[in-house]
Amino acid sequence: MSYTPETLQLLAPDGTRVVSEATEAYLPYVDALTEQQLREFYRTMRVIRRFDIEAGNLQRQGQLALWIPSLGQEAAQVGSGFAAKAHDHIFPAYREHAVGHIRGLDVVQIIKMLRGLTHGGWNPAETGNFHLYTLVIGSQTLHATGYAMGIKFDGMVGTGDPEKDTAVLVYFGDGATSQGDVNEAFIFAQSYQTPQVFFLQNNHWAISVPVRVQSRTPLFHRPRGFGIPSVQIDGNDVLMSYAATAASLDAARAGEGPQFIEALTYRMGAHTTSDDPTKYRDDDELRYWQERDPISRFETYLRGLGESEAFFTEVNDEAEQFASEARARTLALEPPAAESMFAHVYSQPHPVMDAQRQAFADYEASFEGGA
Amino acid sequence: MATETLTMAKALTLGLAAAMEADDKVVLMGEDIGPLGGVFRVTEGLQKQFGAHRVLDTPLAESGIVGTAIGLAMRGYRPVVEIQFDGFIFPAFDQITTQLAKLTARHEGALQLPVVIRVPYGGHIGAVEHHQESPEAYFAHTAGLRLVSPATPHDAYWMIQQAIESTDPVMFFEPKSRYWPKGEVDLASPGAELHASRIVRAGTDVTVVGHGAMVSMLLDAAELAAEEGTSIEVVDLRSLSPIDYAPLLDSVRRTGRLVVAQEAPGSVSIGSEIAATVTEKAFYSLEAPVLRVSGYDTPFPPAKLEGAYLPDVDRILHAVDRALAY
Repeated sequence: MSYTPETLQLLAPDGTRVVSEATEAYLPYVDALTEQQLREFYRTMRVIRRFDIEAGNLQRQGQLALWIPSLGQEAAQVGSGFAAKAHDHIFPAYREHAVGHIRGLDVVQIIKMLRGLTHGGWNPAETGNFHLYTLVIGSQTLHATGYAMGIKFDGMVGTGDPEKDTAVLVYFGDGATSQGDVNEAFIFAQSYQTPQVFFLQNNHWAISVPVRVQSRTPLFHRPRGFGIPSVQIDGNDVLMSYAATAASLDAARAGEGPQFIEALTYRMGAHTTSDDPTKYRDDDELRYWQERDPISRFETYLRGLGESEAFFTEVNDEAEQFASEARARTLALEPPAAESMFAHVYSQPHPVMDAQRQAFADYEASFEGGA
Repeated sequence: MATETLTMAKALTLGLAAAMEADDKVVLMGEDIGPLGGVFRVTEGLQKQFGAHRVLDTPLAESGIVGTAIGLAMRGYRPVVEIQFDGFIFPAFDQITTQLAKLTARHEGALQLPVVIRVPYGGHIGAVEHHQESPEAYFAHTAGLRLVSPATPHDAYWMIQQAIESTDPVMFFEPKSRYWPKGEVDLASPGAELHASRIVRAGTDVTVVGHGAMVSMLLDAAELAAEEGTSIEVVDLRSLSPIDYAPLLDSVRRTGRLVVAQEAPGSVSIGSEIAATVTEKAFYSLEAPVLRVSGYDTPFPPAKLEGAYLPDVDRILHAVDRALAY
């Protein structure tokens, strides 16, 4: 579909390794991966896919207002998520459940947001520097760039000290590439030579609008016009996603400025549970991408490496357990106290908040013992 | 000894410099604010004094400036953004209202966003389209923002420092037509908190209230009225969000009459909010309805017509007479 001769790939859809000159520079990253890390890649993809399905079910059963499926994008997210170092900062869009999980975010925090209990609510300092989801398309790219400017001003780039040098990884989608903010983020990033990686998940659809409406040219060509080096990768290849992101983050931390990755992937499900993809796309396209499923190809690869059946059974059980726990915890979630809406609008006491909190409390109290 | 006579522009320069001296996390961002010193020269000399890493001439993109300021604040910086002109703030409207204003609440208090956005605003400078507007009501309508506007060099010097010290986003509206008149600045003491309104001329017959450039207009009107035997009390609002109603209500309870003056269009304005609130809280003290004197609900007209569009001393006194006629 949108693969180009420049699309980088290490793992073919049939689970075999692809050897090419174009990917040679990335091999050290993959060769350094331990068996345990490869297992973690697989485990995370499977667990999050199972969780994602469970969350969609919870929405259908009336337990969530909305769910935002990540089905099909697991390799793009898991590879890139594992490539970031603990002290790097990650600015997600709103579909990066796997990345959040990798960074230590309790996925029930995402559930809370989509159950209508919070607008985010987690503290990035406690979730592996995984910042809040942003629903205004592309806005977070500027926050990421500003954050990366701060890292640069702090002198935490290009020192050669791996404990010090820090980068920012920001996620966005193909629809977001049309937003002014994303293009302004490219401009500021280039101008200030920020230590950051723009990670575009091209899942081919912005709700119902295909990527060809956003761009007549491959999206990874666009940042080059801004002076930002870019690559296009097979985003359903977890090894390529990992290696490309690790290499780009290394370059960013080393002071080589912003980097850009277009990960070709596919939104196998709906945009959200409010969406109906049968109205705008055909089954052939879905089948094409199902044949390029990120998890099955990696499973084939691991089996080829001699991974035992017991491992796959264990991961399967773990995924079931994870989903079942998420369900149980979701059902136990209670709404916050109504007064909490006044709590954090400002960081300091505020007369309007104080007055309205009191008026609300008085109004509520007026019902006590009443009708 | 600690008092100097300064223009508001110079007072702001000194206030910014003092804030930058006090905290090396304070950085200035904006278009043409470096070697040029900004189109109004408010940042004149600051890049030379503090370096290009503290005074950033940014790319020409308002949303980009505010969006990256948010990211810098997340990193622990205290960005002070200059929007070049009032009418050019709207490309940043999304970042200000959907992001900057809401991020503290979305983090449930775990994140503070000490970002100041300086906005030169208002008319009386004979400029072209988009250069004379008063867009403050758009932002006063948005929870999570604080809005202030100094009327004097003294307040400008202190309020910019207080705004930078705030742990919430502050929109700092600078009345362009007041940049150049000089006034006394007490460099030793601010005299008031950031969000306090203040009675700046005592009177007994009618209260008039306004902010920014309107304050000197109101004082001129009070002077003229005094010659004709009418005693006007003038309140400088200073803070547009939150509004400090206590001095205003105290004044209205004594005079029984209130006229609100503003350059902005009157519909759904700061003046509308004051009229509604004063009516709710001081109904039995009022001898007349609260009257508004505003810009008309038209686009800001071409400069040669601004004298007809903007409230002036005559229109203010006309409203005072109407209030007294009840």
